[in-house]
Amino acid sequence: MTGSQAASHPSGWVAEALRAHDEQAAGRPARQGSPQPAPGTVREELVLDRIDRARRARPRVKEERITMSHGAGGKATQTLIEAIFLDTFRNPLLEPLEDAAQVHVNGARVALTTDSYVVSPLFFPGGDIGDLAVNGTVNDLAVSGAVPLYLSAGFILEEGFPVESLQRITASMQAAAERAGVQVVTGDTKVVEKGKADGCYINTAGVGLIEYAGTLGVAHARPGDAILVSGPIGDHGVTIMLARGELDIEADVVSDTAPVNGLVRDLLAQVAGVRAMRDATRGGVATILNEIAAAAGVGIAVSEDQIPVRPEVRGASELLGIDPMYVACEGRVVVVVDGTEADRALAALRAHPQGEQAAIIGQVTADPPGIVQLKTAFGGTRIVDLLVGDPLPRIC
Amino acid sequence: MRFVDEFRDSDKAHALAAKIAELCEPGRQYKLMEVCGGHTHTIYKHGLEDYLPEQITLVHGPGCPVCVIPMGRMDDAMALAAQPDVIMTSFGDMMRVPGSNGSFFDAKARGTDIRMVYSPLDSLKIARKNPDKRVIFMAIGFETTAPSTAMTILRAAAENLANFSVFCNHVTIIPAIKAILDSPDLRLDGFIGPGHVSTVIGCRPYEFIARDYGKPVVVAGFEPLDILQSIYMLMQQLAQGRSEVENQYARVVPWDGNLVALKAIGETMELRPYFEWRGLGFISHSALSIREQYAQFDAERLFSVPGVRVADPKACQCGEVLKGVLKPWECKVFGTACTPETPIGTCMVSPEGACAAYYNYGRLTRTRVKEASRS
Repeated sequence: MTGSQAASHPSGWVAEALRAHDEQAAGRPARQGSPQPAPGTVREELVLDRIDRARRARPRVKEERITMSHGAGGKATQTLIEAIFLDTFRNPLLEPLEDAAQVHVNGARVALTTDSYVVSPLFFPGGDIGDLAVNGTVNDLAVSGAVPLYLSAGFILEEGFPVESLQRITASMQAAAERAGVQVVTGDTKVVEKGKADGCYINTAGVGLIEYAGTLGVAHARPGDAILVSGPIGDHGVTIMLARGELDIEADVVSDTAPVNGLVRDLLAQVAGVRAMRDATRGGVATILNEIAAAAGVGIAVSEDQIPVRPEVRGASELLGIDPMYVACEGRVVVVVDGTEADRALAALRAHPQGEQAAIIGQVTADPPGIVQLKTAFGGTRIVDLLVGDPLPRIC
Repeated sequence: MRFVDEFRDSDKAHALAAKIAELCEPGRQYKLMEVCGGHTHTIYKHGLEDYLPEQITLVHGPGCPVCVIPMGRMDDAMALAAQPDVIMTSFGDMMRVPGSNGSFFDAKARGTDIRMVYSPLDSLKIARKNPDKRVIFMAIGFETTAPSTAMTILRAAAENLANFSVFCNHVTIIPAIKAILDSPDLRLDGFIGPGHVSTVIGCRPYEFIARDYGKPVVVAGFEPLDILQSIYMLMQQLAQGRSEVENQYARVVPWDGNLVALKAIGETMELRPYFEWRGLGFISHSALSIREQYAQFDAERLFSVPGVRVADPKACQCGEVLKGVLKPWECKVFGTACTPETPIGTCMVSPEGACAAYYNYGRLTRTRVKEASRS
């Protein structure tokens, strides 16, 4: 394949890809920091090394325009965040890419977070966009070890949106705020022309005080740690898919949207060895596990038969051909805890009403770094990777 | 869960794996092709290869309908979608498939009206709701999905719906298998036959594989134990020197197929003289077009389709990978020009494709100690 052939190819990316291949073939020196394959290594090994290098390469958004994949929580979202937002705003507080940033204000440790909500439909079994907007932000604060205190609420409303619906949404926001023990203390309203938005979008930001003495973060996971989830996974995502009514499937399943700050408070009070927590929203538990593996440079091994999934959710997922591991939750926490404290952490979670079905789902391993492996119920193993795309938009 | 867990029993799997291992002749390598992308998915989802001895290699075949659509055909679809007042409707898994100028997702981002549907009947609904628009359904798939497209055309005809048409890309599995069998460098020992396709066409169409090419075929279901049992049945045939068509999926697949579905296809569609497959090139009589009688629902007749031809990049060796001649990593562009994010060939497009799977899991597969070889 010559360079001129590659250039005459009608497709921009194919030409680019082939150029990349030509460069490789021409023996371009490997990127800085990548291990040079030892002489005499078989070619398969070389190819695998090359893949490893490509994976560690600096992320780049190849698309010219934003596509729905960029919002799906998988690989494209991660690339967008790292290549555009992190690259532009880069600072030590942003860099960990945790659910909330930790800032120091006059000696106090403050957690700060924000999240926007564009769920469709706005009202669904078990909740609506209002309690989602409060719980989501409360949970991002809680899993950072903070006690959530104050929220802001920004509304983008579409011309023609029923006031009665807005009242229902604000009422459920207030109820969720009361349940979580936070207050909505500032806000903003914008109205856009009909057709420029889908009814109602909400942004909330939140601050909380970090009283927990330890340091939490997915980068702290180390081999021997245990991985827990606080309850059955995938309820929210499946509820939303079914609530859209496009699939003609009916199942008795409701969203798990709930504030987890009470559950987290109890856990942190009783267990010393908690290393990290994440609420498993968009991208599901699988995405969180990949974030842990990547951030800490560890492997993760989970067992399918240990992961709690409601039969309704499993059934709907089977029918739809999706994997509950990738389906969003809105009130579930993934916990990484020192292996010796695993049982104690499990007991602490199960003692709380929201954690009755908590489970230890796997362990952190030394090898292979960056990879999440699932022991299937059938008895095989497979890798649980980040999703390249997600056909199910706007679930939160 | 009933009717699911029974087919995923790990004790039964261990027992079957032991029997399969016993049937392996020492020193002999076995290459079995699972033709259908659905089987590949099951194999990866459940980690089924852990149960197979090193001597058995599963080769992932051409039966992923999304992956085999050539780039030119995607470009044609993109051109159709960009016509005035058109709403293009497509299954979700087509959204990521690259044409020369990006995928449906990219076109959607540029403002083209492309909507995801779960069934062609949903496209009909959209057509009814938008009488001032021209709704096109991007029909893809083997004989499995062709009947639902056929039924949709018949429904549209009954309703005399004027603003609905189909961009027909249905392909047929037999010519593709034959193309693979006819290649001089074939290395396959047997076939795990496609279960869903066979619910429509039955088992008879595979008889030539056993009779003329001497390769056993076992039509298989989609649960992991189905596939393991099918491999066992294939290994039994190989051990006994037989080559026959057997039906492991008899609980669903009738030997003669689904006559009603076949009739609906026959009523509305006919074979094209030839059709291009990504990675395999042009294969004669391997795809379906809409019959003259239903011309009013044929997007290719209603619109001027550019008929774009984009040759597979020369360096792409999907054909060899599909035939089991090359391992994914032996392809010239594997992992450099061709990656899951920027796939060139069919094997990299779908996460189930042989190359995408190897790209993601290769390192692990190499280091893994196989269950069967331990026991």
